[in-house]
Amino acid sequence: MIETYWDPVWLTLRLATTTTLLLLLIGTPIAWWLARSRRWLRQPVAAIVALPLVLPPTVLGFYLLLVMGPDGWVGQMTQSLGIGLLPFTFEGLVVASVIYSLPFTVQPLQNAFEAVGEGFMEAASTLRAAPWERFLFIAVPLARNGFLTASVLTFAHTIGEFGVILMIGGNIPGETKVLSVAIYDHVESLEYAQAHWLSAGMVVFSFVVLVTLYALNGKARAGALR
Amino acid sequence: MTTTIHARFRCAFPGFDLDVDLTLPSTGITALFGHSGCGKTTLLRCMAGLQNAPGTMTVLGEPWQTEEFFRPVHKRPLAYVFQETQLFPHLNVRKNLEFGYRRIPASERQIEFDDAVRWLGLESHLARMPAGLSGGERQRVAIARALLTSPRLLLMDEPLSALDRASKQDILPYLERLRDTLAIPIIYVSHSTPEVARLADHIVMMEDGRVVAQGPLQETLARTNNPFRLEDDAGVLLEGRIDHLDPRWHLALFQFDGGQLWLRQDDRLTPGDRVRVQVLARDISLALAEHSDQSIQNLVPAIIDQVDPDVAPGVSLVRLLAGPTPLLSRLTTRAVDQLALAPGKNVWMQIKSVALVD
Repeated sequence: MIETYWDPVWLTLRLATTTTLLLLLIGTPIAWWLARSRRWLRQPVAAIVALPLVLPPTVLGFYLLLVMGPDGWVGQMTQSLGIGLLPFTFEGLVVASVIYSLPFTVQPLQNAFEAVGEGFMEAASTLRAAPWERFLFIAVPLARNGFLTASVLTFAHTIGEFGVILMIGGNIPGETKVLSVAIYDHVESLEYAQAHWLSAGMVVFSFVVLVTLYALNGKARAGALR
Repeated sequence: MTTTIHARFRCAFPGFDLDVDLTLPSTGITALFGHSGCGKTTLLRCMAGLQNAPGTMTVLGEPWQTEEFFRPVHKRPLAYVFQETQLFPHLNVRKNLEFGYRRIPASERQIEFDDAVRWLGLESHLARMPAGLSGGERQRVAIARALLTSPRLLLMDEPLSALDRASKQDILPYLERLRDTLAIPIIYVSHSTPEVARLADHIVMMEDGRVVAQGPLQETLARTNNPFRLEDDAGVLLEGRIDHLDPRWHLALFQFDGGQLWLRQDDRLTPGDRVRVQVLARDISLALAEHSDQSIQNLVPAIIDQVDPDVAPGVSLVRLLAGPTPLLSRLTTRAVDQLALAPGKNVWMQIKSVALVD
């Protein structure tokens, strides 16, 4: 009983951690490119990255279900690779979360990279630093607040996701039954006490995350002035 | 060819068209001089490769840029000192200094870490963060950081213009010492006449993206037909040494090749010092005979070399030779006519004011 009660919590944390790590890997180069590129392609790419912000999660979930399903091109690819089908698996949730939370990683990073002065990058190049060294030793440390904000927002946003997960993950205990879905389940079955515990936990968690984020950002800003 | 710096660039920029073809000496400080917006900083950026403009750049026989090939900035053995220092805010002074230094193979290092730190007086600042430094200290760190890449060419973009007067005075001696002790050619962008007068050996005057005059500093400044509108700033620099001091009148005798001048004594001067003094054209008047019954202390005989109209109407610029040394005098054209001043005539220069360049 205790076991199943905590299952959705662990599953949710695992999903959020995996998604955040993957998105830092995927989002950083996209954000860097968006911050530095002057090409026309920049606007359309920025719009695509921002799409999950405006689309209803059900739309996203619906198309992901189609694409990753047995007749979709991704589904056919995963099947021919021997992975099987992604919907209704943990891996499927990860893929969906990565897409759904993409703007929450890319936008803070892009802002942070844009705030790194071109002058510092030029100075580094006159000090013999190759492009990758300028990125790693100048841009990344100067954008560290952006990385912090991006990680926290992505993690928190993934924990709060519901619509997309219901669409492509369903409600499989231990596999796809995350917190938000578990709460929905409890309410459906009129188990208000359990729903309360999980919901109140979410409220407290979200509050703590946001307070920490603001405090860290404020401290960093004060630190920059010192 | 192998002992010079050659730069040729042609490119349209907002506000001006850069069009230069320069051959510069490989020693001393070359000043790129001109009003703001004349393209001098852009030219410096093109030389560094920070701005990719079509052209060629060859440094001591080594091509950095040709029509077909462009060596990226981080592969050029240059150093660049920015007006705004661009010290990395997340690194302390030591880490800033080491940033370029540790990218240079030990066998190619000509300037050692401790030497640069000592030259620029940074021993006690190594653990500090850039945000806590004063403007002058920041610029000293930036200069040391640049030197520590053991560059073959040092480019400086108005390194003093963002500083207050006191900080400028603080840094100038360091720059002079670098010029006199290092064999690295320096290209120095400036719009400040006193700075150029004090530091430069060679000057390139720019206007509207073009070079309007260039040459050794003293010789270039002493031209009457200078296309660069110096007007009130027209004058020459004399290089010489302090012969002796006269403590009673607080004067110092300055000896140059062609005469001697009394300078107001300054606590810093000692006999034997090599100094530069500036004599403005508007501070020299001419007399046909040596008059001692007047207040001006500096009377130097000279021969008129050339008489040309100045920019303003009714004003003439007279070029004189005291021994081999050229000087300029700015007179009304009426005075030139009344005294019948013409090339070859012997005159006495009455020099109202002589300024030690600092």
